[in-house]
Amino acid sequence: MAETVIQTKQLQKEFIRDEFHVVALKDVDITISRGEFVALMGPSGSGKSTLLHLIAAMDRPSGGEILVLGENLRTLSDRAIAHWRNAHIGFVFQSFNLIPVLSAVENVELPLKLTNLKKKERMEHAETALNLVGLGDRMHHLPRQLSGGQEQRVAIARAIVTDPDLILADEPTGNLDATSAQDVLTLLSRLNKEFGKTIVMVTHDPHAAHFATKSRHLEKGELLPEGQVPVDWTVPAKA
Amino acid sequence: MAIPVSYNLRNLVVRKTTTVITALGIALTVAVLLAVLALVNGLRTAFQSSGDPLQILVMRKGATAELSSAVTREVFQDLKSMAGIAREGDEPRASLEMVTVINLPSVDSPTGMNVTLRGILPVGVKMRDDLKLQDGRWFQAGQREVVVGKSIAKRYPGAHMGNKLRFGRGEWEVVGVMDGGQSAVNSEIFGDLNQISSDFNRADGLSSVLLRATDAATVPALINSLNDDRRLGVLAQTEKSYYEAQTNSGALLQYLGVFISIIMAVGSSFAAMNTMYAAVARRATEIGTLRVLGFSKNSIMLSFLMESLLLSGLGGLVGCLLVLPLNNITTGIGSFVTFSEIAFNFRVSPEIMVIGVTFALVMGAVGGLFPARMAARKEILVALREI
Repeated sequence: MAETVIQTKQLQKEFIRDEFHVVALKDVDITISRGEFVALMGPSGSGKSTLLHLIAAMDRPSGGEILVLGENLRTLSDRAIAHWRNAHIGFVFQSFNLIPVLSAVENVELPLKLTNLKKKERMEHAETALNLVGLGDRMHHLPRQLSGGQEQRVAIARAIVTDPDLILADEPTGNLDATSAQDVLTLLSRLNKEFGKTIVMVTHDPHAAHFATKSRHLEKGELLPEGQVPVDWTVPAKA
Repeated sequence: MAIPVSYNLRNLVVRKTTTVITALGIALTVAVLLAVLALVNGLRTAFQSSGDPLQILVMRKGATAELSSAVTREVFQDLKSMAGIAREGDEPRASLEMVTVINLPSVDSPTGMNVTLRGILPVGVKMRDDLKLQDGRWFQAGQREVVVGKSIAKRYPGAHMGNKLRFGRGEWEVVGVMDGGQSAVNSEIFGDLNQISSDFNRADGLSSVLLRATDAATVPALINSLNDDRRLGVLAQTEKSYYEAQTNSGALLQYLGVFISIIMAVGSSFAAMNTMYAAVARRATEIGTLRVLGFSKNSIMLSFLMESLLLSGLGGLVGCLLVLPLNNITTGIGSFVTFSEIAFNFRVSPEIMVIGVTFALVMGAVGGLFPARMAARKEILVALREI
């Protein structure tokens, strides 16, 4: 039986927005095993990004339990979480979030600054990651000198350079054209199949979800049973 | 490991207009402080370079300066014969001198400034070891001739070689220019004691006596015996301590300069703070991203603090460069002790520049602390959602 990487029990997230009490996640129970590529789907406001942020320890739950890689995230201090995140999580943002003043290779090297690797070793790792995403010839380009697709591939290289156990992607194709989106999804799929990386990807694009090994739907903060989709779920038009 | 400094440096380059304006504000503040410190440093150097530790200045008891002192020739004769005074052959190394002020038009003040005029004997010239003739010759006894200090020659158009100065009972020819190193002598005019005292009707109302002790050990003993001798009614002190005490002439200027610099520093710190707050706001997403990558709150804080320090350090260096051309420029200040102008050079020393850069860094630290703290305290998701 595959090792459980993520497990939540009765996970809740509530917050106050403009004086309104909002329930973002309600009693979410989900288990994700090592080597899975899970697409979290649902309409805007369904809570899929909130769930991803809780898994990445970017936010704290209001209730319930969350175990990621065997670590109870609710008990960790801010400093411990930062260290844990660097060691175990690779995060891919919708808007790439590269540091604009650093070159591609410097962006990829950035998470390795928190390790004990020497400069030469860091650069070797960063170059390897960039070669893996097919950008070996763009190492010294600044983000503004790259296309959106290339930027996202640099962001993926940054996410995998520390060889994390878990890759979390928040709408990674949301800002890309169809061709670039295809490239990025193929890359994620390759990381899952060839390198055995566990990936959780938030998307509202069914086409993107096809690259995942499993899809889970959320609706109004609740996780629907496996295989079930929201009643009013409509397939968005493909770009 | 911390966020690389190259990240901060490049951000400063990217925001070059803001960086330059803020750095210039800091640079001006540093320049004002350094200009004042260079001025005071120059003044201090002038006074500290004046006087010989073996020499003793004797004035009337109660006098605070040579100008307000009165010593008679009779007292001088008594002083000359005291034990412990060095001799050259049979001649004791004792110089009777008369000090007064004359008014000369200067480059800064065409209506005239007070200048110290010293009537002196040839032995007095000899006793000033560092004094040498830069141009021309020494004055002759019984002649209306003067030798001017090099600062006087530079700052007073009428005191150039060959010119005639009008004071006392007639015209005095400038026959030489003397160089006293960095000492206050450069701001004085020397002439024959007897001729000057006669012109000013002070044949027996002279100002001071300069004595040279045989050795360093004799100096305190000689001073004590002079001060203890009620018959003489004199005040003796080392020539060096007399001049060092005059450094106070620059104290008011120093306080004023430092006060103005502090007021300006408050403004510059706010400018740096404003710049850094804008940087934090503009780079909220980057802050969020860095946190997601695993950088701690402390790393973020240190990074933004470092950026503020780099910005202010740049301002400090520019401030040093701005003030560097002042180095060695001659200026003058009125002394409350001699009631005359003392000319000296601005001295922008390395120590002063270190003070300037440190001052700039303090401004950067004060201005950067709160924005850096704000950056570190941002919740990750809040930061990522800000644009």
